Amino acid sequence: MTQDAGCSRIRLEVPRAGFELAVDLALPATGITVLFGASGSGKTTVLRCVAGLERARQGLVQIGAEVWQDDAAGIFLPTWRRPVGYVFQEASLFEHLTVGANTRYGLKRGSSGGSSRGGLPGGSLGASQALDSAISLLGIGKLLDRLPSQLSGGERQRVAIARALATQPRLLLLDEPLAALDHARKQEILPWLERLRDELKTPMLYVTHSADELARLADHLVVLDHGQVKAEGPAAAVLSSIQSPVLAGDDAGALLSGQVAERDPRWHLCRVAFDGGSLWLRDSGLPVGHAVRLRVLARDVSIATGEPQASSIQNHLPCTIESSAPDAHPSQVMVRVSVGASMLLARITARSFESLGLRQGMNAWVMVKSVALLQ
Amino acid sequence: MPLSGEALQAIRLTLELASLTTLLLLLIATPIAWWLSATRSRWRAPVSALVTLPLVLPPTVLGFYLLVALGPDGLLGRLTLALGWGTLPFTFSGLLVGSVIFSLPFAVLPIQHAFEAQGTRPMEVAATLRARPLDAFFSVALPLARPGLVTAAILSFAHTVGEFGVVLMIGGNIPGKTRVVSTQIYGHVEAMEYAQAHWLAGGMVLLSFTVLLALSLMKRPVGRKVP
Repeated sequence: MTQDAGCSRIRLEVPRAGFELAVDLALPATGITVLFGASGSGKTTVLRCVAGLERARQGLVQIGAEVWQDDAAGIFLPTWRRPVGYVFQEASLFEHLTVGANTRYGLKRGSSGGSSRGGLPGGSLGASQALDSAISLLGIGKLLDRLPSQLSGGERQRVAIARALATQPRLLLLDEPLAALDHARKQEILPWLERLRDELKTPMLYVTHSADELARLADHLVVLDHGQVKAEGPAAAVLSSIQSPVLAGDDAGALLSGQVAERDPRWHLCRVAFDGGSLWLRDSGLPVGHAVRLRVLARDVSIATGEPQASSIQNHLPCTIESSAPDAHPSQVMVRVSVGASMLLARITARSFESLGLRQGMNAWVMVKSVALLQ
Repeated sequence: MPLSGEALQAIRLTLELASLTTLLLLLIATPIAWWLSATRSRWRAPVSALVTLPLVLPPTVLGFYLLVALGPDGLLGRLTLALGWGTLPFTFSGLLVGSVIFSLPFAVLPIQHAFEAQGTRPMEVAATLRARPLDAFFSVALPLARPGLVTAAILSFAHTVGEFGVVLMIGGNIPGKTRVVSTQIYGHVEAMEYAQAHWLAGGMVLLSFTVLLALSLMKRPVGRKVP
């Protein structure tokens, strides 16, 4: 495999109870790579091995140009020598230190060795600038004098993320950072994570089993099942695959990237253009030109052979049938259609699939009943 | 003055012995407790049992073996003689060695529990923040174990002040050298000097209570939840 500059390579073999964890991943140099899978599929083990907290039987961990572990060459850096940031599921702040002292903990020890490629906005930064930048990026400036026990769950996680970022890691590892929080707290943190994705140059490896977090955060997606990589690639491409669906049931759907193209103040709607078409949705106040991602669930998409007339559904787009596959229930079929360069999934009944005479390569129309805007 | 000079001397010696024992125990017990809380070695169980042994043995048994071992024909005695320290039985140093061994489980167990309660996570977090293991131990694991360390200190101090059997066996009750309050009281009672025994015994109760109260007030856990 060729290695692009800035890309990372993670190859691990770890014997586990019941199965063998064997992954070989090439991660892009920026953005969020989501490691997705059910509990016990080995996601956390991958993170722990990358951080050096656990030792793979055979492993190669190369982050950019730096080799952290290469068992073939007898290289294994201990965790404290790996310029990594790790956010654990529960915030694990040092309870005996204030928030400020927590965020400075890694800083004092931080000469991470090698050339420093500052991940925070502004490029290469001094240590204290990195700290200030992390504190403002996570909005925890007012919490610095508090003790961890005086923080809410969401605040604790933000402090933990800032603490990890302050060390200017080459790679940020996040192990289900929202799993221990209730729904309201999750919604409170997600915008901060989206902000990190959009403003940081640091690549992130994000472990989750939540479809919602996956859809909102993933640029790149790796699906793990019993220690094996089941699917890997750009998130939109992996999610629109129907041969081995990543998300089943009501979670199945496609991901579109676009930007706000037009706003209609009279009806409180906005038009989001993506590669292949555009969709009208509820105006959430974002300015024209703002980049957004859309999630279109398969259950909200229906197919017609002619252009729909007189329908309450605002969004219909010309499409081409790409493929189909049986869905979980025998009465339904999952159909993958292309709209320009983008892919959508539609869940329809097997009976309409047959009565409409749908087949591969055929031109048709999709009607989209509802679209979720994910910023 | 209800307390005789001898009694005052015994009090001073008791406090000296208890303070030194506590200090030594914290230094010795902390690494043992850390090792016991972290190791997967097959020696863990035997070492753990050995450390806990003074908890169940009658003090006279411990005192007897220490007397033999530290005596001129004992293994440790020959060592101390060879080192030019003389023999330790019936000296303050001997008393100190006995007290440290006698109270070892009272120091190791609370610290070990404190380390076990925090789990491996704080040390892992520290490592991901670039702290070397020794640095992480002193900056994270030890401060987080503070309640356990305070408990260990309280118990070691109190247990040493209250010890009698080991002191008698290995110290020999020599005034000004190895006669502590507990053996002094015993002497008073033997000599039917009940008034003096009362003053000393009552003072002991008061002192012990005060020390325990002060220490447990200090023990307030860090980072308590503020409502």
